[in-house]
Amino acid sequence: MSAAELAHHCLYFMSLMREVEDRIERKLYRQGKIVGGVYVGRGQEAIPVGTALVAEPGDVLFPSHRDMAVFLIRGVTAGRILAQYMGRAGGVTGGRDANMHMGDLNHNIVSIISALAATVPVAAGAALALRYQGSNGVVFSYFGEGSTSRGDWHEGVNFATVQKLPVVFICNNNQYAYSTPVSLQMACANVADRGPAYNMPAEIVDGNDVLAVYEATRRAADHARAGKGPYLLECKTFRMTGHSAHDAAHYVPKDLFDEWGKLDPIIRFEARMLAEGWRTQAEIDQLHAAVHREVDEGVAWAEQSPFPDPATLLDGVYESY
Amino acid sequence: MSTTYLEAIREGLWEEMERDPNVFLLGEDIGAYGGAFKVTAGFFERFGARRVVDTPISEAAIVGAAIGAALMGLRPVAEMQFADFITCGFDQIVNFAAKCRYRWNAGVPMVVRAPSGAGVHGGPFHSQSPEMWFVRTPGLKVVAPATAYDAKGLIKSAIRDNDPVLFFEHKALYRRIKEDLPTGEYTVPIGQAKVVREGTDLTIVTYGAMLWVALEAAAKLAEEGASVEVVDLRTLLPLDRETVCASVRKTSKVLLLHEDTRTGGMAGELAASIAESVFEYLDAPIVRVTAPDTPVPYSPPLEDAFLPNAEKVIEKARWLFRY
Repeated sequence: MSAAELAHHCLYFMSLMREVEDRIERKLYRQGKIVGGVYVGRGQEAIPVGTALVAEPGDVLFPSHRDMAVFLIRGVTAGRILAQYMGRAGGVTGGRDANMHMGDLNHNIVSIISALAATVPVAAGAALALRYQGSNGVVFSYFGEGSTSRGDWHEGVNFATVQKLPVVFICNNNQYAYSTPVSLQMACANVADRGPAYNMPAEIVDGNDVLAVYEATRRAADHARAGKGPYLLECKTFRMTGHSAHDAAHYVPKDLFDEWGKLDPIIRFEARMLAEGWRTQAEIDQLHAAVHREVDEGVAWAEQSPFPDPATLLDGVYESY
Repeated sequence: MSTTYLEAIREGLWEEMERDPNVFLLGEDIGAYGGAFKVTAGFFERFGARRVVDTPISEAAIVGAAIGAALMGLRPVAEMQFADFITCGFDQIVNFAAKCRYRWNAGVPMVVRAPSGAGVHGGPFHSQSPEMWFVRTPGLKVVAPATAYDAKGLIKSAIRDNDPVLFFEHKALYRRIKEDLPTGEYTVPIGQAKVVREGTDLTIVTYGAMLWVALEAAAKLAEEGASVEVVDLRTLLPLDRETVCASVRKTSKVLLLHEDTRTGGMAGELAASIAESVFEYLDAPIVRVTAPDTPVPYSPPLEDAFLPNAEKVIEKARWLFRY
């Protein structure tokens, strides 16, 4: 893939995630069409995009709740994601679960649970299985800085490093876990500082620079794929919203929003694309227009998807009973 | 040749590992050491470190890794060194494994083995019966074999099951009971109780080590002329209410027996089911014999007082016969 093509993919998926989430949070949620919670990754799109574009088809991804682009890159349509938020039968979980609580093994994506760090030991187990099966696949395990306070995060990372498993640990450090700032989350300055305790290489990345994330992920994935064990990427970014759509984030100093708003990964990357000559302004405008149409179609598809039939309530607790 | 309960579990694990290369074990001290109770002694030598994975002391990682491997198509069997420590992996079991299929149609064909139960002076943290913490979690299957035959047949069924199965093996039975097992291949289906002793005057419903208490009581009561039927649940979730209710329809009196503590125990759920389904067949109150609502104490006189035994069962049975 040429640099220009890669750049196009990066911008397309960042733009698509932004547009789907904007539509959810700023339109459908306010119209009462989203029946539950909304947690967006506005301003953090470079992390799921820059990482997941590195993944090979056989790699197994464990996206967290602000990583929608992982699904889009893997081929889950905007319509299915929108239907998921709307509790429709056409959603990824068919109305069984909400928002980003979804997975699809056909796309090698495993669902989070609400206790987010719980996926870390599960990711280690998936990596153990890939090695067991003789695959050269790698697992991408996503989490926020808050998750690194949890015991199961440490248990999973410890097990993965002891076993030298092929896992790339991807931290989205957006500096707030709900209302809790990093300073109340941990005594070390960086999540990457936790790496040496596990004899694990750790790297701090500009999480608002999609190509920096992409390049770092390639280093990390190559390391894991070569059998050298886990690799920790700490992507520094900022949560440009509240924790969720019902949280105005009054606890966040306003100047931080202003400061990080200037580092918006999409605006920054468009400037880079123009400067590098990868795309013209007209082509970028076309890309955004195409994204807009795609999301329009997705919303229409989701809205015509029926709600799940209450008669299916008891189905699927077990394979068979 | 007679086979102990422990050897039966071993044989079941061994045969499944020989049969299916996707089956592997993980847990603490299970490899070269062979496990705290030696259930996996010899496995490391036969199957190697790839299929017998010694883990750090990390129950959340053990269960979590088993879930991840199961999602990728393997059939992990995780060992909790003692069932008491399963609490450290609780979130992984009840929130992750149990809900995957319902939420996003992903099967988790994992087994968690957990040596449970008292009677070995293990004290409050090596003696508990934690099965009911899980029985009220839809999506899990919970089995608790009482005999060597069922232990082998159920561990094999658990490994082949496409949903997460918790396998509570009673540590007091490990070397205390033995029987002749069939030489050929067999399994015991999950979800089916068994009438272990037929009778007409009273039904005792139980599971795990208390089966032997029930049978001892039934034999003594027979000397007094009473005909006692004993039902071994074998699986606690999904619960075979039909076999229980069929027996109650026959005997019209029921005594519910378990080693687990009283409040929220299996007896409560059984009593509700019996009252709902076969109330008109009863001619006496439903009676429970269980451990009291205390932690499991260490010292023998306290532990003996805590545990149900044949005398306690016989006393309640006689009360029922007089009713």
